[in-house]
Amino acid sequence: MSALKFTQEHEWIRVEGDLGTVGITDFAQSQLGDVVFVELPAIGKKVTKGGDAAVVESVKAASEVYSPVTGEVVETNQAIVDDPATVNSDPLGGAWFFKVRLADKGELDGMMDEAAYAEFVKGSH
Amino acid sequence: MPTTDTPLKETPLHALHVALGARMVEFAGYAMPVQYPTGILTEHLHTRAAAGLFDVSHMGQVRLFGEGAAVALETLVPGDIQGLAPGRQRYTLFTNDGAGILDDLMVTNAGDHLFVVVNAACKDADLAHLQAGLAGKCRIEAAFDRALLALQGPQAAAVLQRHAPGIAGMAFMSGRAVAVDGVPCFVTRSGYTGEDGFEIAIPAEHASRVAQRLLAEPEVKPIGLGARDSLRLEAGLCLYGHDIDTTTTPIEAALAWVIGKRRRAEGGYPGHAVVADQLKNGTRRRRVGLVPEGRQPAREGTPLTDAAGAAVGTITSGGFGPSVGGPVAMGYVASTFAADGTVVRAVVRGQPRPATVTAMPFFPHRYHRP
Repeated sequence: MSALKFTQEHEWIRVEGDLGTVGITDFAQSQLGDVVFVELPAIGKKVTKGGDAAVVESVKAASEVYSPVTGEVVETNQAIVDDPATVNSDPLGGAWFFKVRLADKGELDGMMDEAAYAEFVKGSH
Repeated sequence: MPTTDTPLKETPLHALHVALGARMVEFAGYAMPVQYPTGILTEHLHTRAAAGLFDVSHMGQVRLFGEGAAVALETLVPGDIQGLAPGRQRYTLFTNDGAGILDDLMVTNAGDHLFVVVNAACKDADLAHLQAGLAGKCRIEAAFDRALLALQGPQAAAVLQRHAPGIAGMAFMSGRAVAVDGVPCFVTRSGYTGEDGFEIAIPAEHASRVAQRLLAEPEVKPIGLGARDSLRLEAGLCLYGHDIDTTTTPIEAALAWVIGKRRRAEGGYPGHAVVADQLKNGTRRRRVGLVPEGRQPAREGTPLTDAAGAAVGTITSGGFGPSVGGPVAMGYVASTFAADGTVVRAVVRGQPRPATVTAMPFFPHRYHRP
């Protein structure tokens, strides 16, 4: 399994071949609090790096989920729509949001690895 | 976080919140707990199932002394204050000359004085308003550094009874001086959750100790402002600055019930002419409850339209109701759309979604009415 990469907007992406799986980080879910609603992109939607891709809402607030990369959405995770609480309980595993076919793997180069992201979160407190 | 350099004020329970692991946020100039580690959903459901302890010390407590206090206060509010029997409490409003709402408040006839509780964000303005309006008519004593605890939920009475024997006999919307763990307090049987419960006004120096004793009871958990907001929304209760403000009148806000029968006839409060006209002729818009279809919350500021896309109103409070198990909201709609069962569209992120005008509360009130 390939390593996770992280964005400053608290998404993660795991790339295998030209497919990336995207979710939100444990820090993101802890900041959001209890997730009660998830809206996923349509299959086939063209997403751009840093552009809107999904919506996640807690009791308190709504947040956009941005796509870490440019590409086309090829699969989405209906399980988190049916049971939004899994975004809190398993953010890096079962609660992935969508899979995207990458247009340009070079976009991954600037992203943080796990250690760098941990430092980033510490600094943003 | 606030953009000013003014340090946040702290309530007497600040150290306790931090020790309990609260996430502290700015609210009305105070550092306040928005949630504790268990989170808003759990806190909300716990309050409806057992008992929750809230720190609402940021709210403003004022006492009005003197024989003329009730008559004097009636010049600023449309409620029947003279008719408030000793020990009884009433919800009322400060209005301006245009019948806009300056604040909402609770007034209790405490025997030798009126005990008034106002909103934190308004309390300095409210005090100035009282001083200007009641000068020479009664003695005004602000007690802004006194703490205020709210113990809310179906087990609140059983818990508080252990610390203040006799309180279980109090009726909803009554208040009296009570010793809680030996500390002289003023306790009212009221709150902001739709549940049975109490608000306990207590000297600052004793607040943390009494709060910890209440939290040591097995039924009680600390509850933050996040769950306070979702609880009051499900109960259909207005949040000042959101659902009511100087641009809304009591009649538009569906709060006509706060205007006493005698006051409707006699007037004598700011904005009476506007209120009388609106009671007779109706208003162009009205506050209603709304239930959005599906699971997506429609939040404050969400535009409301008719089926053709024409604007009919705006949501003023909205979110997910944990006890309802779905989204709930309130807002203002044109009066022609205010009937229960009317379907409007809530435009969330550009997408119009059906929302049905629904009588409030969304979750039944469970007040103690013996």
